[in-house]
Amino acid sequence: MNVPDDLRYNSSHEWVRLEGDIATIGITDHAQEELTDVVFVELPALGRTVDIGDPTAVVESVKAASDIYAPISGEVVEANAAVEADPALVNTDPYGQGWIFKLKVKDAAQVEALLDAAGYRALIG
Amino acid sequence: MSVTLLHSPLEPLHIELGGRMVDFAGWYMPVMYGSILDEHHAVRKEVGIFDISHMGQFIVRGPGAGEWLDRMLANEVARLADGEGQYTFLLNERGGVIDDLILYREAADTYFLVVNASMIDADFAWLHARLDAGVELINESDLWAGMAVQGPRSQELFAAVHPGEGLPVRNGIARLANGAVVCRTGYTGEDGFEYFCLAAEGVAAFRAFVEGGAAPCGLGARDSLRLEMCYPLNGNDLSPERTPLEAGLGFFVALDKGDFVGRDVLLKQKAEGLQRKLVAIEYTDKGAPPRAHYPVLDAGGQVIGELSSGVPSPSTGKGIGMAYLPIDFTKPGTPVQIDVRGRHFPAVVVKKPFYKPSPVSA
Repeated sequence: MNVPDDLRYNSSHEWVRLEGDIATIGITDHAQEELTDVVFVELPALGRTVDIGDPTAVVESVKAASDIYAPISGEVVEANAAVEADPALVNTDPYGQGWIFKLKVKDAAQVEALLDAAGYRALIG
Repeated sequence: MSVTLLHSPLEPLHIELGGRMVDFAGWYMPVMYGSILDEHHAVRKEVGIFDISHMGQFIVRGPGAGEWLDRMLANEVARLADGEGQYTFLLNERGGVIDDLILYREAADTYFLVVNASMIDADFAWLHARLDAGVELINESDLWAGMAVQGPRSQELFAAVHPGEGLPVRNGIARLANGAVVCRTGYTGEDGFEYFCLAAEGVAAFRAFVEGGAAPCGLGARDSLRLEMCYPLNGNDLSPERTPLEAGLGFFVALDKGDFVGRDVLLKQKAEGLQRKLVAIEYTDKGAPPRAHYPVLDAGGQVIGELSSGVPSPSTGKGIGMAYLPIDFTKPGTPVQIDVRGRHFPAVVVKKPFYKPSPVSA
């Protein structure tokens, strides 16, 4: 299972990449494997403000719809139109082209409080 | 109250094959092995195999068995010759569907019924309470393992695994030399057969078909395949509150055969005209996958019903579903909308089915 060392994670299987005050968010390799074939991604509206734990996007497989939660609080500043057009990117490149949305971070300490790669690896065992 | 999950005799093999196990209708069954999409396409293009051990099997026998069944079920049992089968309904006194099932005539006094997993006890209790003297009803559900082999290559696979033996005619039933029961039916629209053998022999039988080339397929692909064909799922698309006429399945109801449970209600409904009908609905553009219970709106945004089933169709790439709609909205071409989490996706009522499978030979 691919769990990159330079990312942060939460227990609902989202990952966070922090660059300056912008956090890129997607779902983990483990999550995409559990969901299997992603056939639809519903992106959040730009400018929307979300709090930790808010359902922010939806990823759907043939069988079910799964909420993607905001791992930290912030304002949605970008959403990945590429996964809307080609949802399978979430499966094939979950940490790269398959990212889902970007947040302008409200409180960087929330990122620090997330799991590191070792912690997430332990979680998914 | 404690809930105990029921287990298929094939479970150890599902685990070995990487099946992802879930609770379905009280049974611990594989929803998929790797990818629902791959499994779906395997059945449409090649051949796949499903565990259907959860389904129930009843034997009805005795000199009056056929005549009694004709009073219990909606389709015409008397129309069957030995070795033939038919899709039929067990109805309540209101004409509503208790269960949809397949009935096979093995001999004039012996019938084999395949019923839905969740309805085994209810069907048996209903039938048993109405049993005629001299007719025997036996629940053999625990005795059998079942598997459905489906796809354009299913005949070829059968011949490879059972050389020298033939499949029955479409909808027919036959017993093989090894004692297994083979029915030329399925729930995918493709050619194929259902194979029932003693529970203890199930793993070996399933493995033989897999080794012969059948892709193991789970309940996820089973659902997308059946919905592309508009085959109803009891509990979703059929209910005790809806008649087979409302479900658009009047072809399988023999109103003129004489009396049967629910007939008077169906005759009245037919004479007065239907108020609602189960229709096929397809997205006109891309959109969030439609699913059961999502509201169906008219073109102006008024709620007119809800989806009884829905799925992103792997074969057509479109969102598809079925819904009971007021009769004014049931004509193919009628524009509707599906409400997905507050967003409205344009859709249209279409003719059933959504997908035309490859033609069946022999």
